[in-house]
Amino acid sequence: MSAHDKLLGLSARPKVAVHKFSSCDGCQLAFINDAVSLLELSTLVDVVHFAEAGPLDEFAEVDLAIIEGSVNTHHDIHRLEMVREKAKYLVCVGACAITGGIQALRNYTDDKGLLEWQHGIYPQDTDVIIKEDLSTAKPISAYVPVDFEIPGCPITSTQILHAVRSILFGVEPEKNVDSVCTSCKHAGITCVTVARGEPCLGPVTANGCEALCPALGRGCYGCYGASKYANMGAMTDKLKEMGLSEIQIKHKFQYINSQDAGYKGE
Amino acid sequence: MSHYYFLPHQRIDDMLNQLQGDGYKCVAPRHHESEINYDTITKSADLPWGFHDEQAPGHYKVNKSDHKHAFGFVLPTTSVKPMLFKAKENIWKVARNDEGKLAFEPIVEFEKIAVFGVRPCDLRGIEIQDRVFMENSYNDVRYVKRRENQFLIAMNCTKSHSNCFCVALGDAPQADKGFDLAMTEIEGDGFVVEIGSDKGRALLDALDLEAASGGQAQKALAKIAYAVDGQKKTLPPIKEVETKLMANLEHPQWDDVASRCLSCGSCTQVCPTCFCHTERDEPNVLGTETHHTREWDSCFSIDHSYTHGDTYREDPKYRYRQWLTHKFSTWRDQFRTKGCVGCGRCVTWCPVKIDVVDEINAICK
Repeated sequence: MSAHDKLLGLSARPKVAVHKFSSCDGCQLAFINDAVSLLELSTLVDVVHFAEAGPLDEFAEVDLAIIEGSVNTHHDIHRLEMVREKAKYLVCVGACAITGGIQALRNYTDDKGLLEWQHGIYPQDTDVIIKEDLSTAKPISAYVPVDFEIPGCPITSTQILHAVRSILFGVEPEKNVDSVCTSCKHAGITCVTVARGEPCLGPVTANGCEALCPALGRGCYGCYGASKYANMGAMTDKLKEMGLSEIQIKHKFQYINSQDAGYKGE
Repeated sequence: MSHYYFLPHQRIDDMLNQLQGDGYKCVAPRHHESEINYDTITKSADLPWGFHDEQAPGHYKVNKSDHKHAFGFVLPTTSVKPMLFKAKENIWKVARNDEGKLAFEPIVEFEKIAVFGVRPCDLRGIEIQDRVFMENSYNDVRYVKRRENQFLIAMNCTKSHSNCFCVALGDAPQADKGFDLAMTEIEGDGFVVEIGSDKGRALLDALDLEAASGGQAQKALAKIAYAVDGQKKTLPPIKEVETKLMANLEHPQWDDVASRCLSCGSCTQVCPTCFCHTERDEPNVLGTETHHTREWDSCFSIDHSYTHGDTYREDPKYRYRQWLTHKFSTWRDQFRTKGCVGCGRCVTWCPVKIDVVDEINAICK
């Protein structure tokens, strides 16, 4: 079924579920933060499951499932498959759901290295990572088909509300394909690379954050993943010219969206 | 040039007060942290006294000196374009009225703005955009209103930065038309002033300025000549560039530049003449009304060439080629002018130091 047919097949008063997998809840908060808009939205849809906000009915049949977080456990896979089966249209929000997020850095390490990380992050012994469980953090799309993705770390209220509004109109939401440089120039933000010598991933990173970091004089961290066209060779050469070592450049790209195909130059 | 007047530095405030009294918001280059850019000013002290800029490919830096000049820098980070053709604005909204019918409402916002210190290249940028938005079959009502309510005080260049190339295009760093007043700053002293319109004459009459002395006028011309000498970039004659670019559409240099180009679009966004834009709707959550917005687009955006279900400039070399050939060749067919004013912003603000003059020379040699 095409995306268009799927969207036309949604109920007149759609049922919506918001699910959390491995994540910080920041994207769900982006949805909740604009309380007035959420109240308005509740006059148009039935939110049947949204643990962060209250309603609980995890495996209800829904028109629209919104998913935050990455898949880290066997239990996650089982739950995700159930969610997909019950949803007509599935939207992923944020870096974790789309690329695996910052926790996907574990995909680069072995058991010994992972244990070192764990001790570095948690002060006491913890069973947060069970040895027999999955050894990777992966995006939702690695396990089930995804209908639409909204990038960000976290996403913004504007992004999610705009997307839900488009879905209610029966059209696929618009994708942000340009680089962060577009937002900087539109907002009159002076380029931090050119004027301050700040290494910035803006030229190869998808727009959508309204250039939050450059507006504060800092280089882009790449929260939204690679832009649709990203000249990684030219970006890497630029970072080298600015004095960054190969390992520093690697760390820049292997950060919030380490599994992003664009950042890997794939 | 007919007659020169003289505005001492001490009388800048009188001029600003006069303009403000006439209902103008005064805008001029101001210094902020790491840049000099246009902003609202209310008094002479707001000007970037003693500051100057250093510009090179992919490089911009502001420094301070003890010199007593307000316009000792060469070029503000942005041109006058964002004041006339806004980066993003609502152009109309639509909502259902009580009878359930769609009610459209145009949005035309403008204010009276006096711009103090427009460099000659940026003045030519306005002239070129006038062709696009006012003297074309298509008239943009917002642009027209803003132009009608604009007072332009040009500031001739007294030095050039290393990316400037107006001279290579056959122009000069001296305002020749399209201004209400044109000035040249004589350091530590004031401005030699020239009148360009009735509005400009009325302002000078109100200020009751003395005529400039022959010495002052000579000093001003020498300053401009110094700015001309400061430009080192060269290009073939513009007619030759226009022909050769279109005759070399498969030149290997297009591949070479594409390998270096980030396709970030910064060059087009800082360009005083680029006018491409896209329109979209921003509906409210309830879906009962929507704002129709217009914002700057760029031929470097991969979706810019998406037409009838296909993207025909997917390859970055075609995006760069589109930009360069439009700006330096097909613009003339479309608008009967050059598309470039030689301000050098596309060179300064390119993060990977691509120099448009070098690229043209490589293709046209």
